[in-house]
Amino acid sequence: MMNLKLKVWRQKNAQDKGKIVDYNAKNVSPDMSFLEMLDIVNEELILKGQEPIVFDHDCREGICGMCSQTINGIPHGPERGTTVCQLHMRHFKDGDTIFIEPWRARAFPVMKDLIVDRSALDKIIQAGGFVSVDTGGCPDANSLPIAKDDAEDAMDAAACIGCGACVAACKNASAMLFVSAKVGHFAKLPQGKIERERRVQAMVKAMDDAGFGNCTNYYECEAVCPKEISVRFIALMNREYLRTINHLGRKKGAGGF
Amino acid sequence: MESVGIAKKTWAFLPVGFFSRSIGKKLVVAVTGVVLLGFVTGHMVGNLQVFIGQEAINRYAAFLQGLGELLWLIRAFMAATLILHVWFAIQLKLENWAARPKRYEHNATVQATLSSRTMIWTGLLIGAFAAYHLLHFTFMSLHPEYKTLEDHLGQHDVYSMVILGFKNPAISIFYIIMMFTLAYHLSHSVQSMFQTLGLNNDQYDGGLRRLALAVAGILFVGYTAIPAAALLDILKLPAGVK
Repeated sequence: MMNLKLKVWRQKNAQDKGKIVDYNAKNVSPDMSFLEMLDIVNEELILKGQEPIVFDHDCREGICGMCSQTINGIPHGPERGTTVCQLHMRHFKDGDTIFIEPWRARAFPVMKDLIVDRSALDKIIQAGGFVSVDTGGCPDANSLPIAKDDAEDAMDAAACIGCGACVAACKNASAMLFVSAKVGHFAKLPQGKIERERRVQAMVKAMDDAGFGNCTNYYECEAVCPKEISVRFIALMNREYLRTINHLGRKKGAGGF
Repeated sequence: MESVGIAKKTWAFLPVGFFSRSIGKKLVVAVTGVVLLGFVTGHMVGNLQVFIGQEAINRYAAFLQGLGELLWLIRAFMAATLILHVWFAIQLKLENWAARPKRYEHNATVQATLSSRTMIWTGLLIGAFAAYHLLHFTFMSLHPEYKTLEDHLGQHDVYSMVILGFKNPAISIFYIIMMFTLAYHLSHSVQSMFQTLGLNNDQYDGGLRRLALAVAGILFVGYTAIPAAALLDILKLPAGVK
């Protein structure tokens, strides 16, 4: 069992200024997940009649992308390739001080304590993260030929759970790893290729309009991504964007690529 | 519904639109960076002729001066490239600062290199140095006496000017520090420009990082060889020049 000192960001609502509040987490088992540790702290707060620490979580098995805490300055904490819910207390030592903060970005306003509004990512998806036509049900195997490498790349990109840790980790609060995973996922597949130019333009515009920063190749995003999505997808997105140069100066609605 | 917009939304645009987006602006910085890298490489190779001898470097300088209007065209092109590079880089940086108005109470860095995090500052330092360097050796406003140096062929004696300039340890050390700054800037930017231009994948990545270090190292050694050689008396002033 260990005792920890928590420094948690508390903020009543989107308008509140917010501040760091100290808590003691006592009798923490190394087998607990980070969220279970917070559950214990919250139960104690509720018993004392205080407002519990509010945080996002859902599946608690590392696949939903809801949990979103910056732990000691690192989104999802010190373990690579894990979400907060899959981070276990055995990675901390008795007596440690742990800072717990929400994602920080202009595009992700804090709603309460550790919860931020990530609908900016939804807007980017709405701008182009889909295929416009019905591609039908699951096709027979190999009826639509896709090169093995392309299928693997598309799958790697599709692993993105949209948690926003890439934005939170980026010193520029850039969403380019997220957007590049979506752009890359579609660009590698025949169903997505048809709209690839329009897609990258629309998604990059939505990303810029939401107030995210610009990538300067720090690669902090890749380091914290719970799905370990590679920054090479950002290079791929840059290539996709460059492709659109073929269409410079074409009139609106001129049609045909 | 608005979200069906991918098919309806404007996708045709003018180049202005292309370069107003985040990736478009990054492309401008990368492409101008390639041109500037080409310049610093060529400039270094040209300058290294000082080791061949007084005649070689003076003839090279006279050749450049002899380009006349063409020289000014090249200078205008380089100035425009530099202005675009700095302008877009500053614009991106300001947007990046604005994108995180509230910083973390506890900051951490996992793998971003110090060179990547100091690009704006190393860049601005190099810009300021370039201005000083032009006044020092190109326009000689800081040392009008350099203008009267001539070799036995009646050409401007760049050889003696460079050695005279670098005999001053303060100036030499300053130049060496600034060349380190340039190399430091390039150690991030060479691999970064490949990434931004989309020329990176899992196979290339490690090689590009090594290439960046190699380019930075070669430029640092090549450039600092000249002030170092002047300080250490390896490059000697010709007889009669003081």
